[in-house]
Amino acid sequence: MTNHYIDLKNSDCILIMGSNAAEHHPIAFKWILRAKEQNGATLIHVDPRFTRTSARCDFHVPLRSGTDIAFLGGMIRYIIENEKYFRDYVVHYTNASFIVSPDFHFKDGLFSGYDAEKRKYNKDTWVFEKDSRGIPKRDMTLNHPRCVFQLLKDHYSRYTLDKVSSITGVTKENLLRVYKAYSATGVPDKAGTECYALGWTHHTTGSQNIRTMSIIQLLLGNMGICGGGVNALRGEPNVQGSTDHAILYNILPGYLKMPAASLDTLEKYLGKNTPKSNDPQSANYYQNYPNFFVSFLKALFDDKGTAENGFGYSWLPKLDDGAAYSLMHLFDKMYDGKVKGLFVVGTDPAVSSPNANKVRKALENLEWMVCENIFDNETHCFWKGPGVDPGKIKTEVFLLPASASMEKEGSQSNSGRWVQWKYKAAEAPGDAAAVGELTIRIMAAIKELYAREGGAYPDPVLNLKWDYIDKNGKYDALKVAKQINGHFLRDTTIGDKTFKRDQMVPSFGMLQSDGSTSGGNWLMSGSFTADGFNNMEKRGKDDPTGLGLFPNWSFCWPVNRRIIYNRASCDLNGKPFNPKRKLLEWTGEKWVGDVPDGPWPPQADKEKGKYPFIMKPDGLGAIFGPGMAEGPFPEHYEPLESPLTVNPMSGQRINPAIEFFNGEMDKVASADEKFPYVCTSYSCTEHWCSGALTRWQAWLLEMQPELYVEIGEKLAIEKGIRNGQRVKVSSARGEVSCIAMVTKRFKPFQVEGKTVHQVGLPFNYGWLFPKDGGDSTNLLTPTIGDANTFCPEYKAFMVNVTRI
Amino acid sequence: MKGTDFVKLIDTTRCTACRGCQVACKQWNEMPGLRTRNRGSYQNPPDLEWNTWTLVRFQEHENGDGVLQWLFRKDGCMHCTDAGCVKVCPSGALFYTEFGTVGIDRTKCIGCKECLFACPFEVPKYDRATDKVFKCDLCYTRLREGLLPACVKSCPTGALTFGAVDTMLKTAYARVEDLKQDGHPDANVYGDKFVGGTHVLYVLGEKPEIYDSLPQKPAVPLTVIAWKDFLKPLSLLAAGGVILGSFLHYIIHGPKSPDENGDRDAT
Repeated sequence: MTNHYIDLKNSDCILIMGSNAAEHHPIAFKWILRAKEQNGATLIHVDPRFTRTSARCDFHVPLRSGTDIAFLGGMIRYIIENEKYFRDYVVHYTNASFIVSPDFHFKDGLFSGYDAEKRKYNKDTWVFEKDSRGIPKRDMTLNHPRCVFQLLKDHYSRYTLDKVSSITGVTKENLLRVYKAYSATGVPDKAGTECYALGWTHHTTGSQNIRTMSIIQLLLGNMGICGGGVNALRGEPNVQGSTDHAILYNILPGYLKMPAASLDTLEKYLGKNTPKSNDPQSANYYQNYPNFFVSFLKALFDDKGTAENGFGYSWLPKLDDGAAYSLMHLFDKMYDGKVKGLFVVGTDPAVSSPNANKVRKALENLEWMVCENIFDNETHCFWKGPGVDPGKIKTEVFLLPASASMEKEGSQSNSGRWVQWKYKAAEAPGDAAAVGELTIRIMAAIKELYAREGGAYPDPVLNLKWDYIDKNGKYDALKVAKQINGHFLRDTTIGDKTFKRDQMVPSFGMLQSDGSTSGGNWLMSGSFTADGFNNMEKRGKDDPTGLGLFPNWSFCWPVNRRIIYNRASCDLNGKPFNPKRKLLEWTGEKWVGDVPDGPWPPQADKEKGKYPFIMKPDGLGAIFGPGMAEGPFPEHYEPLESPLTVNPMSGQRINPAIEFFNGEMDKVASADEKFPYVCTSYSCTEHWCSGALTRWQAWLLEMQPELYVEIGEKLAIEKGIRNGQRVKVSSARGEVSCIAMVTKRFKPFQVEGKTVHQVGLPFNYGWLFPKDGGDSTNLLTPTIGDANTFCPEYKAFMVNVTRI
Repeated sequence: MKGTDFVKLIDTTRCTACRGCQVACKQWNEMPGLRTRNRGSYQNPPDLEWNTWTLVRFQEHENGDGVLQWLFRKDGCMHCTDAGCVKVCPSGALFYTEFGTVGIDRTKCIGCKECLFACPFEVPKYDRATDKVFKCDLCYTRLREGLLPACVKSCPTGALTFGAVDTMLKTAYARVEDLKQDGHPDANVYGDKFVGGTHVLYVLGEKPEIYDSLPQKPAVPLTVIAWKDFLKPLSLLAAGGVILGSFLHYIIHGPKSPDENGDRDAT
């Protein structure tokens, strides 16, 4: 989240789109209700299905799965045409005024630089014109035909009400209702916020769904303010904590970039990843990238990493250039027999991964698999799954009992970036141990083996610092947390402050690139004070601004800043746009309120002042976003499987930058009469993700006992399906048997003049338990993902539903 | 808290049907979760059961303008001031607590099921295996320790609140006023106008008749009043009162029939 959960109460209009907040963030939802009760906020839910969230919103707008960009593109057009944007904000705080290269163009769904063979873009033309100082040229009137604002206007002029309505299946009345209510926040004293979750990320256009909303928020001046922002509701599976600490293949802790093979020296790597800006008013905070990265290397390799050996850079694994290593790639390679061993820690991919039949088949090719979990699940025992003959499986499987979260000490992160220390509430039963403890023991054994026997390349293993145990030889979470925060490796003076060796680094501004500091994750620097006080333990309930920032409750990254980009809540002179929600104010000497995005004066001070978006090289909000795989402006493409043979917006039916999987089990059936219904998958309040933890819980299972498919009344009549009847749902890849829940909450869409039905199933069930509860919905879903993140397209694919 | 009448307020317009209350109730009262089937609804178990003392009812409703609503109503004992179940209970198992709520002492329950027929809300449920009746006692064990009822404690959105009767009535009526101004003209308070006033109040967004299984004019059955308040004292005075009593029981309830609700699902 750019903001945080409590801040939702400060909003005047909350658009919940791509999220079922009431069902999946039930505790946080109280802040959404409070916004309504205290500010009279309008609550809007845009979702294919009427859910428990819709029930509590002012209105629900159904849209066809996978058409969010069309819907939001129409909103951009509405905002520009009706001049609802916050002009001062757009001119001064975004790149709307920047002049784009004359070589940049967009034609029939493709931006300049497309390579159809590689399905990739050369982004050389997605750049700005620069002046003699190397600073992007701007037209503050926004009239230059090649300025970002005019290009944006052109691009979205194609998203007319008629067109958008025909693609999304949303009536024009409903489109206007949302556009009007939401764009009313484009004034200084109103705030609009957006809550999304997996309903936006689980698409082949997932990242661009979110980008589109970011553009809207920049146009309306809703970024960096109380009650605003673009807010990813994470939570249940600790997505926030795990991404902060690099669970994905393409990032290192703190969102540092995973090195590619061609960047074979530290110098090359830092040169590539350290952005430059010639604009003196741009803080370009990522110019400190070398400080963060070298400190990270020092945290890994300690005194084994020296300036001479690039601090051990060569010991890091490297990605092959241009190759991706997502979950889908992993199982694809495993299916082809190229993966020998697998660790499965706290996850159940045989239920939760797309095209689960392929995943289950792939597991059969493993020589060994080590699983760590608190319960058994469908992945651990794939070897005795439906249709599998255990006698023919050669995989050796180990299941290590893990302790549950209540049975261990450590930190936990929420979506608002608040990191809170927690304590052990109970001892784990039997031999169960914390995953940290298991990791420590396994790696210690590996190090010992390499020390004794050598191996292909022992250096990274042998040089890894690995002393995170307490005096009893047990895993010490506090020691790990301190290593993540970082400490001084020698006596160091920075400015007027001197730190002793072994003192904690009190903020990432103190991290160094000369090897004098270590820090496992720069974002977490400051989670301890220099003297070692654990800020994550803080439980202060004071709220000096009255805005719910609670600065003394836990630690919030970065540097306890509760709302990021917060300098954008003030005008050029540092006075708050909305005096009623004074997040930050420049006194003439300093900022007061939240922890500001840097100490510099506001940007009206041409000498010392800085732009508010300090993490962007140009210092301004990116309406034109050249970093994306499929173009600087989001464009509507159909899902991989959709009911349409052509994309009504262009000649590109699907996202031109997505990577295909072409194995024998990766079947696709788009606009195929055998699979005529749009399908989406989701979770329900009562179960947690794959259900691997909650299906064993009798109280929860009693409420949601088995797999069901929600289908609209009209489709049910057409197919002769009664409520509560058993049906078969099938796709090109598999089928499941489940109970039909006939409901008024799914209504057919009118799409391109045709009636299109949508159905949906939860993905919370698996064959292992309960025995008669149905199998995974992911037997139906395709192996395909977003072009930037490879997040799978769980939310839009095609199926058939038949009576059994 | 002793000596004051307390009320649980259920504001259905704040409920997200997360069912934290349904689980919290089972946890505190140590009631098992039984194997159910999906019958085409989120509502599960389908009705209040001996092991399910509170249940969120899910109801799809299209209003006069064709606007779809999904109505959620947490159902359970209403804790009547003039409680039919207490009136008919021959063993003293059902009783009024010092909080004005209706408690149940199952050690005294003789499984006669009189209360099942006397309750205008069809709340008490009989379990054949133990030959006992079960229902919500508004967490009497918690109230006596100064704790909130488990369901109220678990509610994330403020749909469930608990307090002294006067305060809760004021809160309920103020909320209804807010709702009326916010486009819910039919919002109303349910519970204070019958059976002497219930100790569970609803704020309803729609008229009571819209809601499934919610009686519009709940009352203790006349036969129960006639028997317990009038005929029973009279009959005891008369010789042969027992015979008359049996005869009246037959007139009121008919012959004892096999249980319909007492079967436990196989676990």
